[in-house]
Amino acid sequence: MSTSVGLVFFIGAIGLCVIGITGIVLSRHLFRMVLALAIAEAGANLLLILAGYRWDAVAPIFTGTAGGQAMVDPVPQAMVLTAIVIGVGVQALALSLVIRIKERYGTLDMQEARQCMQDDLDDAGGVTPSRSRERPAGERPIPAPTVLNSTGGQHD
Amino acid sequence: MRNLATLLFLGGLVFLLAAITGTLPFGHPPMLVGQAIQQAAKPEVGAANVVTAVVLGYRGLDTLGELAILFAAATAGGLVLGGVQAKGRNNALPAAGFVLRAGTDVLFPLLLIAGLYVVIHGHLTPGGGFQGGVILAAAFFLPLLARPSESLSHIWLSVIEGLAGTAFIALGLGALYNGDAFLTPLFDKGMFGELVSSGSLPLLYLAVGLKVGAELSSLLMRLAHDDGAAS
Repeated sequence: MSTSVGLVFFIGAIGLCVIGITGIVLSRHLFRMVLALAIAEAGANLLLILAGYRWDAVAPIFTGTAGGQAMVDPVPQAMVLTAIVIGVGVQALALSLVIRIKERYGTLDMQEARQCMQDDLDDAGGVTPSRSRERPAGERPIPAPTVLNSTGGQHD
Repeated sequence: MRNLATLLFLGGLVFLLAAITGTLPFGHPPMLVGQAIQQAAKPEVGAANVVTAVVLGYRGLDTLGELAILFAAATAGGLVLGGVQAKGRNNALPAAGFVLRAGTDVLFPLLLIAGLYVVIHGHLTPGGGFQGGVILAAAFFLPLLARPSESLSHIWLSVIEGLAGTAFIALGLGALYNGDAFLTPLFDKGMFGELVSSGSLPLLYLAVGLKVGAELSSLLMRLAHDDGAAS
């Protein structure tokens, strides 16, 4: 019974990690990526805590009554203790970056934001569209908007 | 294609983690460090909370590094959001509703006491500087939610944060002066289980708590102000 319970715990922790990493890699929405990062972090913390768990053991604190009783491993708990707070700080930093991107580009979609950033970088670097691989050289061979309007008028 | 590669990678990750955890006998950790620390912590460090003994006594340098990471994150957050602060002040948001304002007035002192309690008793009971610092940050963030036009002074927060960090390092350097390793607990261990015991660990945790609280509340404040400016 004990091994099956442990299996459930481990599968839960690994599942959280995998869900988080899937979200980070596959999601296109920046805020969802931040949330996925938080989920992956929770899974990693849970894995660490589980690694130090012991049956029939108490929390690693000496109390007056329980003398000489077995305690769970304090080292992973100490690591996770600091990791949680640092995770909060990192998430706040990520969120502030997301806020900035939303303000600057008006979108949270990663592809669009990346395109906008690429344009900004090209402008800042003085790369003209003719020398950029991303954008075609010169005018595109499509009719100008005025021509489109006039043809539309003809159809009417 | 990308989805396929991701799925392959995740499958490999699951297999790896499952293989590692499968060899671990659950509930019987193979690590001997924890047991050795449990034996040694009581006479060596004198903190009833063994986790605190690990965080500040045995891994003090790691904790300093983690504080540095948190400091870097808070500083970078301030750098990214910094310019908006003046803008956010100007278009002051209206005060929140009655429930939030009254609840804040009730909760603020309670949160303050709870946070300080958790910080100061970090070497005796579950808790410590990191957890208590977060509670303190929440305590100082609540009034900001209730009355967005008022705010804490960034300068004071920076001063508290800097002094706390300096105190942490100074306590570590004091151990060097005594001829011990960096961040070895100073002073007499005192009576086991008393509030004033286990040497300099409560002071270190107080420094950690103030630093974490100041950093997180300044981060939250910047986020809140930025939200007010953007909307």
